[in-house]
Amino acid sequence: MTDRIKKARQHTSQNEGLIFEKSAPGKRGTDLPPLDVPAVDTRELLGAEYARETIEGLPEVSEIEVIRHFTRLSTWNYAIDLGMYPLGSCTMKYNPRVNEFVARLDGIATEHPYQPPELAQGCLKILATLQQCLLEITGMDAATLQPAAGAQGEITGLLLIRACLGSRGNPRKKVLIPDSAHGTNPASAVIAGYEVENIRSDARGQLDVESLKELVSEDVAALMVTNPSTLGTFEPRIAEVAELLHSRGALLYMDGANMNALAGVARPGDFGVDVMHLNLHKTFSTPHGGGGPGAGPVLVKKHLEPFLPVPVLVEKDGRLALNANRPQAVGRVRAFAGNFGVLVRALAYTLAYGPGIRQATEDAVLNANYIRKALEDVYELPYASASMHEVVFSDARQKRFGVSTMDIAKRLIDYGFHPYTTAFPLIVPGALMIEPTESESKEECDLFVAAMRTIAEEAATEPEAVKTAPHSTRVGRLDEVAAARKPILRWKPKPSSEAAD
Amino acid sequence: MRYLPKSPSERREMLDAIGVRDIDDLFSSIPEDLRLQSPLRLPGPLSESELIQFFRERAAENAQGYSSFLGAGVYNHLRSVVTDAILQRGEFLTSYTPYQAEISQGTLQAIFEFQTLACELTGQEVANASMYDGSTAMTEAVLMAERLTGRRRVLVARSVHPEYRAVLATYARNLGLEIVEIGYAASGQVDIPALALAVNAETAAIVVQTPNFLGVLEPVTRVAQLAHDAAALAVVAIAEGVSLGVVRPPAEADIVALEAQSFGMAPNYGGPYAGVIATREKYVRQMPGRLAGQTSDAQGRRGFCLTLATREQHIRRERATSNICTNQALCALAATVHLCLLGKEGLRETAEQNVAKAQFALSELEKIPGVRRGLTGPVFNEFVIRLPRAVRLVNAQLVRERIIGPLPLGQFYPELTKCGLVCVTETTSRAEIERFASAVRRILDRPIRENLT
Repeated sequence: MTDRIKKARQHTSQNEGLIFEKSAPGKRGTDLPPLDVPAVDTRELLGAEYARETIEGLPEVSEIEVIRHFTRLSTWNYAIDLGMYPLGSCTMKYNPRVNEFVARLDGIATEHPYQPPELAQGCLKILATLQQCLLEITGMDAATLQPAAGAQGEITGLLLIRACLGSRGNPRKKVLIPDSAHGTNPASAVIAGYEVENIRSDARGQLDVESLKELVSEDVAALMVTNPSTLGTFEPRIAEVAELLHSRGALLYMDGANMNALAGVARPGDFGVDVMHLNLHKTFSTPHGGGGPGAGPVLVKKHLEPFLPVPVLVEKDGRLALNANRPQAVGRVRAFAGNFGVLVRALAYTLAYGPGIRQATEDAVLNANYIRKALEDVYELPYASASMHEVVFSDARQKRFGVSTMDIAKRLIDYGFHPYTTAFPLIVPGALMIEPTESESKEECDLFVAAMRTIAEEAATEPEAVKTAPHSTRVGRLDEVAAARKPILRWKPKPSSEAAD
Repeated sequence: MRYLPKSPSERREMLDAIGVRDIDDLFSSIPEDLRLQSPLRLPGPLSESELIQFFRERAAENAQGYSSFLGAGVYNHLRSVVTDAILQRGEFLTSYTPYQAEISQGTLQAIFEFQTLACELTGQEVANASMYDGSTAMTEAVLMAERLTGRRRVLVARSVHPEYRAVLATYARNLGLEIVEIGYAASGQVDIPALALAVNAETAAIVVQTPNFLGVLEPVTRVAQLAHDAAALAVVAIAEGVSLGVVRPPAEADIVALEAQSFGMAPNYGGPYAGVIATREKYVRQMPGRLAGQTSDAQGRRGFCLTLATREQHIRRERATSNICTNQALCALAATVHLCLLGKEGLRETAEQNVAKAQFALSELEKIPGVRRGLTGPVFNEFVIRLPRAVRLVNAQLVRERIIGPLPLGQFYPELTKCGLVCVTETTSRAEIERFASAVRRILDRPIRENLT
């Protein structure tokens, strides 16, 4: 079996318990400089109502134990630095190391958000430059960099829509969301105080413009659309949709999750989008870090600018400042100026490419189409429309042997790859959603194709091997049902009678 | 371009394999008139050394080499190089959300440890894997209280961070929540009699922050009692986590929203940090955000996976407990490593140093004629001082001596125009404090007119 697996072979991985299980009284991993002012009895100063006696559960371990503990844990993770991460709609591209370096510079990482603007011109210039670049890339008119992630960008954008329509007399009631959309879209609409109306895609998986004409009533505030859609296909009638919405007094929101297919090639501002967000941890290469942090800047057309959350960047006599005094603003969506450290990395990424960002987009689309071509004879392609940066197959052919998209995904782990996105978008039963990004070489794409083709064969000839995968990891498939039924969400010390176990 | 791993001939080969003439054919699904006709006008491209140069120039335009006495929700604490060495391991830095548990055990176990640490710090039973920051964690805690109680009136102490309150107001506006602000007493603590009058059978939650924005510790036990007497929930925000090394945890609170920035995260001009929500076990199914849980595989080996996902947007969509997806995982990892390094004794010692330095700074400033302590309540590492003239005028002079002075409070509390918020931590040396105090003394000795020139 192993000679089929080109990219990986097994190696020893170290066992490691929880950090709390290594604790022993009196060990420590930090020494502080000696106190250079008179000591204070905190218990006496604060009094019984406020003073704390002990912090029982903090571990007591040395520095080397901390290093080994977390280094061992790290070796149990897959990562972009190890290889291709073909998660559809997640845009797991290379996270340039220089971005980490510049974000940590003294004078960048060390700055306090409340230091006076005359002592923060460097930070403000970073924000202003990034904002300018993002406006140029998207073709929009104004921006806020404050939202902490894509989902917060969505709620911010929807609040802008509510404020804008409200200022025209009626904020309206409903937001239309295609059935192919990411779950954050409907969840965000609800927090913005809107009802969600889910709309069906047409036979090609695209916006059904004819039925939209029926649906866009006086109650509809906006349509939230992801373009390219979660099928990885461009909405060809997007401009017509924007016109339809505008003619009925509604607005067009674009989820920019898939902007990696467009940067340098086409601009949402040119196809009628009123408001959109970007995910800087996708298109702009800031590291995912195991789930975050991200940043979700929101970009708008002129008519939405007065409502942008505070503070906004302003320039006066060549000096930059943050202005919080804007009467029509939707308010503040996060404390301070946003995930600044993430914004620094995104700017470093953008400056590294400059106008050449188009080449990254082209390579991303090239990789996705190369993989599509190489796999379309063995995996079912439910929608034949042209793929951009990602391709969505289904498990229809493998299902005949009892093998599901999740099984194929888990088997991919044995072949040295992270799984693709499974079971999403919801409009494709048993979806395999593959987004290679521009960061993959032809060699890595070929290895991926070889792995996927071999798994397709295995599904037919030895389905059990696929259904019980992965076989190479330190734990097998975990009992998620038990985890949810009786949740164990924290470590607890064993009662002292069992401590000897 | 150095990030792109393809040669021109490989690109050609791939186009041939696909069966298209050139790359533009792959974009033909975009209508012609929507395609860009000219290159974007962007600065760059920059090589690695040029990038570093660009950001070094920006750094030089900031406040390098200044002594700072700013806190107000963002604290400068010692950070070990060990934390950053761990954070920069590509396996943590460049991994995705741990949905595929078998190859994400490192991240998952670290989250489980983070959740445990957050519980230990706050005296709560369960904690999530992180929220964006303290302000959004507090806001989500209030929305959670609304779901749990079915009530819509929220009492918020005016001593809660003004920006946290502003975020809450933004979210509350469209959800029909009534926000009632409760003033503070001369101690700087929430006005308990006013709170007692305002709490009623419609109240979903009482929200306080401790230490509050003015640096004063809130009487959480009494606040929680008032809430519980009305069958409402007590929500406690904590922006300065290090205080928990010496301050009683808010164990009586029902929901705690903790900002973990103080644990290993640089000020970063406002982010990224990590919020966390901790609560009672019985409320876990109304909690927002990801959770890691312990389980096992078919061979009985211990492992961890994301759990209770039916609360979340990717399963529940418009009926989810929150729209949060991406969180602040790497920042939560920083907090985890930092707290493991500090340990039980290190956290206590750090907290004690903060208290001692703040008391020292306060006594040095109080020696200056005309300078008084602004509020009487117990403090941790921040306190309000009242100056004989506007804080902004004094600060403008301090900047000339490369000191960033107290945060002027008038912008948030018009009644505190001559008051400033002073923060000192274990990173502030005695010499810096003395230099700051003597500079303030000198500035106040001069007539205002001279200071204006």
